Amino acid sequence: MNAIVAIIRRDLLLAMRRKSEVLTALFFFIIVVSLFPLGIGPEPALLRKIAPGVLWVAALLATMLGLARLFAPDHADGTLEQMVLSPTPLGLLITGKIVAHWITTGLPLVLLAPVLGIQFDLEASALWVLVVALLLGTPLLSLIGAIGAALTLGVRGGGVLLSLLVLPLYVPALIFGAGAVEAHISGVGAGGHLSLLAALLALAVFFAPWATTAALRIALE
Amino acid sequence: MLTATDLSCVRGERRLFSGLDLAVGPGEWLHVQGENGAGKTSLLRILASLSPPEEGAIQWQGESIRELGEDFRRDLLFLGHHGAVKEDLTPLENLTLAAQLDGTTLDEATALKALARFGLRGREDLAVRFLSAGQKRRVLLARLAVRKAVLWILDEPFTALDVKAVDMLSGLIEEHLATGGMAILTSHQSMPLPNGRVLKI
Repeated sequence: MNAIVAIIRRDLLLAMRRKSEVLTALFFFIIVVSLFPLGIGPEPALLRKIAPGVLWVAALLATMLGLARLFAPDHADGTLEQMVLSPTPLGLLITGKIVAHWITTGLPLVLLAPVLGIQFDLEASALWVLVVALLLGTPLLSLIGAIGAALTLGVRGGGVLLSLLVLPLYVPALIFGAGAVEAHISGVGAGGHLSLLAALLALAVFFAPWATTAALRIALE
Repeated sequence: MLTATDLSCVRGERRLFSGLDLAVGPGEWLHVQGENGAGKTSLLRILASLSPPEEGAIQWQGESIRELGEDFRRDLLFLGHHGAVKEDLTPLENLTLAAQLDGTTLDEATALKALARFGLRGREDLAVRFLSAGQKRRVLLARLAVRKAVLWILDEPFTALDVKAVDMLSGLIEEHLATGGMAILTSHQSMPLPNGRVLKI
């Protein structure tokens, strides 16, 4: 348990020392989301309709930006080797890294989304649903992304391959996440979509660290 | 005691070595020598359980290292080509965080003492990227001094070190051997340490 806390602390400390990487993804999210109201013009009904989809797609892409850097620096400087050889099980350390990735990329998106949602004329209750959906969805994005990042580690042109590999896997999160907000706006209720999102998250929490660990071991051999 | 029997290693299409036997007991060290590309690093990675051998078995205290898993890794310290030193962290943070990832704690006084021993006094709080290549290596050597491990596997530990640091490292290895430790290392330099054996591949 101490080792998990230590690796989360270490990765957050590294993110603090290299703020630009975290801020890039964040500004990307803000700018992409803000371009839509500017491009479409003052049509509240249309903006309300596209808001969940736009916010979610932007969140997917912003998460993708930092993924290639999830394991690559540790691989390059040999830290990953030391993690494999550590007496602490590798799965625990990887889980810690994924948590740190979510704190630095996912959590800021969750906190910013309601502010950006106002641009799309979303009402307060819809903004709440959006926050809850992102709170369930962004950890899922980090977990699935970690598998992709591990599989493409050390591969030439891995960045593009990573997008091709991971984006299709993000489709369920996108459908249920954006669907939750749409269902709430249309009056059906977001419960079903959020439950499915939570179920996906539970599944990913269980399997993703294990799959990531296996992929990393292969990458290091 | 580490024993390996009938090891062979294949990289791509090429067989690097085969039928290799070795044994290292308490207080002994093994000097792995060979030309560039002979498979020294591959051998060390196999012995450290980072990659599986093509054929053969490796045993630690009489049991297979695959089965021992964590118990073997607790006794092992591996230093590879890459330093596993984070450029953005200070030497002190590097040492304490590395210890914590191994599930142990390292108090600041011990870490500072180890850094001072390797001539890094006054640079504890400077990010590692501001240090020279040799000083980065010294941060790693400080890790050797603080981590309690019985078996050291060191790949080219003398790279980028100056004469004084080479002496310090030799002293550290000698101390380690005197307390019943074991070491396997590759180096192109000859080393005047007792109980050594040379393995040519």
